[in-house]
Amino acid sequence: MIERFSSGFHPFVLPFLAGMVFVLGYCVYGIVRILFQLTGEDRRRFFLSLVTPRTALKNVKDIFCDCLLHVKLWKRNRMLGFMHSSIAFGWFMIIVLGHVEVMLFLPERIRLFYYPIFFNFFVAETDSTIQGSLLFFLMDFFLLVILIGIALAMVKRVRSRLFGMRRTPRPSLLNQIGLYSLWAIFPLRLLAESFTAHISGGSFLTIPANWVFRQFLGNDLNMLPTWWAYSIALGVFMSVLPFTRYMHIPAEMMLIPMRNAGLKVRNARKGFARVQVYSCPNCGVCIDACPMSVDKANLKDCTVYLTRQMRRGNERRIAEISDKCLLCGKCEAVCQVGVEGPKLRLLNRAERKYAVKADYSGIPAASLAEAAKGGKVLYYGGCMSQLVPSVGRSMESIFRKAGVDYTWMDRDGGVCCGRPMLTAGRLEEARKIVRKNTEVILGSGAETMVVSCPICYKMFTEEYALPGIRVVHYAGYMEELLKEGLLVPSRSDLCYVYHDPCELGRGCGIYEEPRRLLGKLAGIAEAEKNRAESVCCGGSLGSLTLSFAKREKITRAALENLYTSKADAIATACPLCTATFARYADRPVRDLAEIVDRQTVGKLKLETI
Amino acid sequence: MTDFGFKLSKSATLDLDKADTGLYERLCSLEPDARICMNCGSCSATCTAAPFSGMSLRKVILGLQRGQDVRPMLQGCMLCGKCSMVCPRGINTRHLLLTLCRIYD
Repeated sequence: MIERFSSGFHPFVLPFLAGMVFVLGYCVYGIVRILFQLTGEDRRRFFLSLVTPRTALKNVKDIFCDCLLHVKLWKRNRMLGFMHSSIAFGWFMIIVLGHVEVMLFLPERIRLFYYPIFFNFFVAETDSTIQGSLLFFLMDFFLLVILIGIALAMVKRVRSRLFGMRRTPRPSLLNQIGLYSLWAIFPLRLLAESFTAHISGGSFLTIPANWVFRQFLGNDLNMLPTWWAYSIALGVFMSVLPFTRYMHIPAEMMLIPMRNAGLKVRNARKGFARVQVYSCPNCGVCIDACPMSVDKANLKDCTVYLTRQMRRGNERRIAEISDKCLLCGKCEAVCQVGVEGPKLRLLNRAERKYAVKADYSGIPAASLAEAAKGGKVLYYGGCMSQLVPSVGRSMESIFRKAGVDYTWMDRDGGVCCGRPMLTAGRLEEARKIVRKNTEVILGSGAETMVVSCPICYKMFTEEYALPGIRVVHYAGYMEELLKEGLLVPSRSDLCYVYHDPCELGRGCGIYEEPRRLLGKLAGIAEAEKNRAESVCCGGSLGSLTLSFAKREKITRAALENLYTSKADAIATACPLCTATFARYADRPVRDLAEIVDRQTVGKLKLETI
Repeated sequence: MTDFGFKLSKSATLDLDKADTGLYERLCSLEPDARICMNCGSCSATCTAAPFSGMSLRKVILGLQRGQDVRPMLQGCMLCGKCSMVCPRGINTRHLLLTLCRIYD
């Protein structure tokens, strides 16, 4: 290899250089700003994790697998996985191989960071090129891989359904500029390298192309314009990058180490939240996943639009999107990057100020605790169980049959668990409720607390400190009773489809216990979308602004999903889901407690017979 | 006056001409559904906070229409949402209460 220009410079690299300097400067500024926004403890933890070998290795592995190979996306959707990994990994390899070429053939030029990108323009082939033929082949190979990825991307833009996506977000103007400049980069690179391939050498793609071009163009005058075009495309892409979705490329490399360091989102607008917002690649997977998207009016209230509006600082829309969400958590479950949509919304709600502060001094915790004394097991039905009284009644009957020494904490109305207040973003108010309940529960002297509502269960396990008290969800508790032989099952002929309540499944990670329990008592079928992909019933208290009339469509869509199982009846483990489904379902909807009560006989009773 | 051990009680008459309904009007402009409330009291019957603070959304709305101070009731609300589920008029009571807590002066 010999250099064609002794200066090692040509003005056409300037657009690329300007874009590169701009984007690097922007990223450095962004990183410094975000690090300053973190709390002192978080910052220390983050830096510590960067030098801890275990997390540092995990960072490298995660960045390689998620950002370059898109392993998670492959698992979810092969077409999308191939498209993204071919562009990302291919581009990465071209940059790496470009550096290898420079280091092998012209090591003194490695300091010029445009050199590896435009290597083929600056060099002429000599005998030593033979050694580099493998490198040239690899360069052409990865360019081909990228070009296939770009072609797929073009098809996807026109027909997203071929890629299994019903809806994709509408790109803004800047995003379109970014997109089209990205598409232009690689075909232009192929053209540029092809025009110089008879000088610099090439491989299976560039040499035949060069031969074709020379047949009818016949001179080297086309060389420079194509290299200029290639450099301009790169420059344009990089100068719009910070204002487009492609910001997710650098942001994700920050998000992964932060997540591995165990950082939590503490403020809706600063630090880690900011990184998450910038990491959203606008892929739109959350649009199809969102239960609200069955209604066209809600299409622009998915997480992808939340992050977009948060980047723009559109306060009116941020409030609207944050308040409408059901907080079912499905967007977070399907997100390839790990944007915590519900958490961001909740913290946005928490920014709001209220003139009337709660005052629960009227709640007589001491006398409530006195009334709750007596049993070893404390049963908490929660507010929703009072609207579905059969749940409480069934639980009582089960306790009696099994001979359990129990007290029903909120039989005659009790204190709310505090989660509805928490999801409304009034964190201080929720803490006041938590304090009251803690006093009652600790004062009751119980050892086990059984909770029949997943909303309350999540609250009790996450926000309460109840030393010495085991908090169990009733599904797990009833399974224990069956195992211990205190309840004896008698199977029903009915086949139930089990609906995973959001707060129990995605919220607490409980998927198996209710299914095992149900399997012992009746037939069990699965809906098309279940477990982590289960569809919210639409009754969620998470949404502040969705009125009941507007929830009907969501509920009906969730029911359609359950009907795909062809089961005779619907079973669920949440009184709120039960009540919501029962309103529109064409088949019986039963809570787990009701089914268990129907299909079991107490051991004591059997012995007396 | 001689103390006979009993006296005339204060009149319970409400003078709606003198009542300050500014807050109610502001609430209605933000939450138009407040106007369709028919005071059935379903919300009060299911209210979790009622036994502890006398909270009743029905009374809150009535109180606002009469220009009374409803703050003590609002302070007891736990936002559990049962009222919104039983409302026969389909009013989003939780959001109405949140808005009221926000704009109260």
